[in-house]
Amino acid sequence: MVKNITCINCPMGCALTVEVNGDEVKVSGNTCKRGEVYGKQEVTNPKRVVTSLVRIKDGAVVSCKTNQPINKSDIFKVLEELRHVEVTLPVRIGDVIIKDVLGTGADVVATANIG
Amino acid sequence: MKYDVCVIGGGPAGMAAALEARKNGSSVIILERDVKLGGILNQCIHNGFGLHYFKEELTGPEYASRFVKMVEETDIKVVLEAMVIGLTPDKVVTAVCPTEGVFTVEAKSVILAMGCRERTAGAIQMPGSRPAGIYTAGMAQRMMNIEGYRVGKKVVILGSGDIGLIMARRMTFEGAKVQMVLELMPYSSGLKRNIVQCLDDFDIPLHFAHTITRVVGKDRLEGLYYAEVGPDRKPKLETEKFVECDTLLLSVGLIPENDLISNVDIKMSPITTGAVVDEYRQTSIPGIFSCGNVLHVHDLVDNVSAEGTIAGEYASKYAKGELATSETSYKVNATNGVRYALPQSVYSGEGKVKVYFRVGDVFKNAKLIVKCGDEVIYSKKKMIFTPGEMESVELDKSKITGDIELSLEK
Amino acid sequence: MFDVIVIGGGVIGCAVLDTLQKYNTKCLLLEKYDDVSCGASRANSGIVHAGYDCVPNTLKAELNVKGCKMMKELANELHVPYVNTGSLVVTTKNGRAGIEELYNKGIQNGVDVEIIGRDRILEIEPNVADDIELALYAKDAGIVSPYKLTIALCDHAILNGGEVKVGEEVVNVEKVADKFVVTTASGNKYEAKVVINCAGAGSMKLNKAIGAEVYEETFRRGDYFVLDQQEKAHINTVIFPLPDEKGKGILVAPTADGNVIYGPTSVVVEDGEDKSVSLDGLDQIRAGVAKTYKNANYRKVIRLYAGVRHVVGDDFVIEFSKKLQNYITVTGICSPGLTSAPAIGEKVKDMVGEIIELTAKETLVPNPEHPRFVNLSTEELNEKVKEDPRWGRLICRCEKVTEAEIVAAIHAPLPAKSVDAVKRRTRAGMGRCQGGFCGPRVIEIIARELNIPITSVKKDNGNSEIAIGKLKEIEYEI
Repeated sequence: MVKNITCINCPMGCALTVEVNGDEVKVSGNTCKRGEVYGKQEVTNPKRVVTSLVRIKDGAVVSCKTNQPINKSDIFKVLEELRHVEVTLPVRIGDVIIKDVLGTGADVVATANIG
Repeated sequence: MKYDVCVIGGGPAGMAAALEARKNGSSVIILERDVKLGGILNQCIHNGFGLHYFKEELTGPEYASRFVKMVEETDIKVVLEAMVIGLTPDKVVTAVCPTEGVFTVEAKSVILAMGCRERTAGAIQMPGSRPAGIYTAGMAQRMMNIEGYRVGKKVVILGSGDIGLIMARRMTFEGAKVQMVLELMPYSSGLKRNIVQCLDDFDIPLHFAHTITRVVGKDRLEGLYYAEVGPDRKPKLETEKFVECDTLLLSVGLIPENDLISNVDIKMSPITTGAVVDEYRQTSIPGIFSCGNVLHVHDLVDNVSAEGTIAGEYASKYAKGELATSETSYKVNATNGVRYALPQSVYSGEGKVKVYFRVGDVFKNAKLIVKCGDEVIYSKKKMIFTPGEMESVELDKSKITGDIELSLEK
Repeated sequence: MFDVIVIGGGVIGCAVLDTLQKYNTKCLLLEKYDDVSCGASRANSGIVHAGYDCVPNTLKAELNVKGCKMMKELANELHVPYVNTGSLVVTTKNGRAGIEELYNKGIQNGVDVEIIGRDRILEIEPNVADDIELALYAKDAGIVSPYKLTIALCDHAILNGGEVKVGEEVVNVEKVADKFVVTTASGNKYEAKVVINCAGAGSMKLNKAIGAEVYEETFRRGDYFVLDQQEKAHINTVIFPLPDEKGKGILVAPTADGNVIYGPTSVVVEDGEDKSVSLDGLDQIRAGVAKTYKNANYRKVIRLYAGVRHVVGDDFVIEFSKKLQNYITVTGICSPGLTSAPAIGEKVKDMVGEIIELTAKETLVPNPEHPRFVNLSTEELNEKVKEDPRWGRLICRCEKVTEAEIVAAIHAPLPAKSVDAVKRRTRAGMGRCQGGFCGPRVIEIIARELNIPITSVKKDNGNSEIAIGKLKEIEYEI
């Protein structure tokens, strides 16, 4: 498998080519060591912190995030979970809204103080 | 009301300035126009804030709340829903709020921290009709992230600055289809991380050197024509294409919101459109300071906080009559690829001074050179300089014996 | 059963309605959009022309000169922004013949005009282009807020017994016995003795549909730049070039609301509702402005707009139908239509007087003054804030509009129900940020005051909702 991705470590944005042959991962196109590390991680196990909102009961919305990066492929599954949650006021930063969301190991926590 | 320091604006710049002024022993009032402190950070629910300042990655509301908490722990007076409508050179601030009506604050020093506003469809002279469905990115962000409403289904974004990129992901996360991002310039002023994580992750195409040639739609946006632009940034109409959409987000630049001082005789920079300031972030009127996006548009809130801290410290010193005025001042000039440098002047003395700058184009493998007269007092080689990234250099004051000049050598 | 039904809520329809309501009549105005002043009345130059360029002995000449004389007092009575700026038609040394021709027409039309040289021009307008040598100066010309005039006429008519229904597009007018039955798209029927078609761009379409007189019509779109209030410091009067066959040419003018405009172009279009600004038009304006004015500053542009002139032949048409008795057509009211509006109101009232006996009311209810934050002294403001804290809550920071002003507009005789309707009445969202900051708050206030969901608040007409739904309603495709 060959993947073309952009390195995000600095504004250079090197165009990386990452070749995966079984356990062997080869990165080319990078101009520095950080590019190689990023390329390997991004192709084998890309992760993202998800930031979104949940509804407040009888109110507007409160912002939230996963408290650690989750697998990129799980983003929309987590968002779908968030659609079905309603929190009651008051909400404080760090309040856990969903514990270990979808077994990812990450909690969804509030990121704003409301009420 | 009488205070040593009056801070206009309770966003990240204003809060940092107020805290530092209070720490230096001044009585401080913050006049904030919104119903809560924090400014635009409150609607920036994405993460990526605070890596420099707090050494950890926070969302906008989290970053803001840390400062709000610090302000609340002091006796800094905060007036909310207070819109400042007047400022005189002798530092009388007139404001209005629902509880007090029109009131004045007599201050010894004033810190301008009003932030910036977004350029609009009108300001960029966007042709076509003017239906619903066209939002500045920040307005859409507020409608979604604060009020909790969806603003569109099929989206085009004009401008690939960080706000535009972040909104591409936000809209996608809320079930909208972002069809493309158009960028007038041949490069993005946004962070690479945002291009990857907000566009590439969701296969959203980014078209460089493209702009909108006509907006179509009577009541609600129905679509738009877009075309490639030449080196003169004028559209090549033969390349015009149509894309159907019900929503257009504009992320086409931020403008320091200095309307308040348009009638006060403060020297302004035509490049930053903010005030011209010295090392203390003091404007041409002694005792009036400026910091954050009202001074020049930043890309990192961490730098905004740092700048607010400088303004707060010296505003407090000025209020107490401790700001020496006898020091020799040297100009900081920008040429040859460096678009502007800030502060625009520094003082003679000891220690270090940090000068921020932005370049006017993308430069690869270039060298920043700081000269004092003919002497090079600093140089730094970098693989890339881009207009979207504010850079800084720390200079030895002892080496500054005259006006200095920042330039790029290719 | 109404005495009169007026079709169309532009400045003409509203002037006609308001004039009739000064008499003992029962009148109804039907407007297809959700507010009055949604067509040409909101997108024109806002000039009160003196009347020197109309062909003598035409309706245009008569009604323009009369309307110009009426406008100052009318605007004052209705609390509509009006400024007697005077106007200049400027030219280089080669344009003397054109200026003299205008001068002669002006004298024939009874207009106070004079020809002035460069020195006098510079006293009046220091920023005319360097090669301008000659001008026709008309001191009676001025500027008025066209949409505020229309809205104020409408409100005044309502306060004096007139009825106004918006969102009612007339699709049929039928003569049944000796009365008219007017049918709207929503199926409502209204009856009246007299029907007056003031439907502007839609007037011929209606006449065609109902078998009244149809004239050949042309739509001419004009594009404009709107500039920041700061630009007003550079201009005192209205600057025109010499007129040509397409119209009065590209002008530079302050607006009564405090901005500056450059424009309009004049492009023939098919659709009378085409308000799309073109790239080409903007270039034409830039070129046109450069010929008369040397201080153009496109960095201060805050908005573009376009309006469509409805042209029928060379003159206004104001006449009884020969096919439908007691049906009056008012059409082809392009420039100087805004200036002429009060005089057209009078003329049409006289025509109605030939059918119905009109007795003037002894007293009229005046329009309430809508005070603005920016015009109040500190003492006056603090009085108001004490009674109503909403006077201390600034919603629109660019134009300094308070919540109290917005609420008043929403509860005016003709309620402002959309963001643009609030904007036209209060200027909230008309400044340099163009509603970027106040937009969401105005939406919230409209929803609260009208007790409707946020998702029902429109920008303007049709399906122009701004928030289209709540977050988290849509399922993800996973």
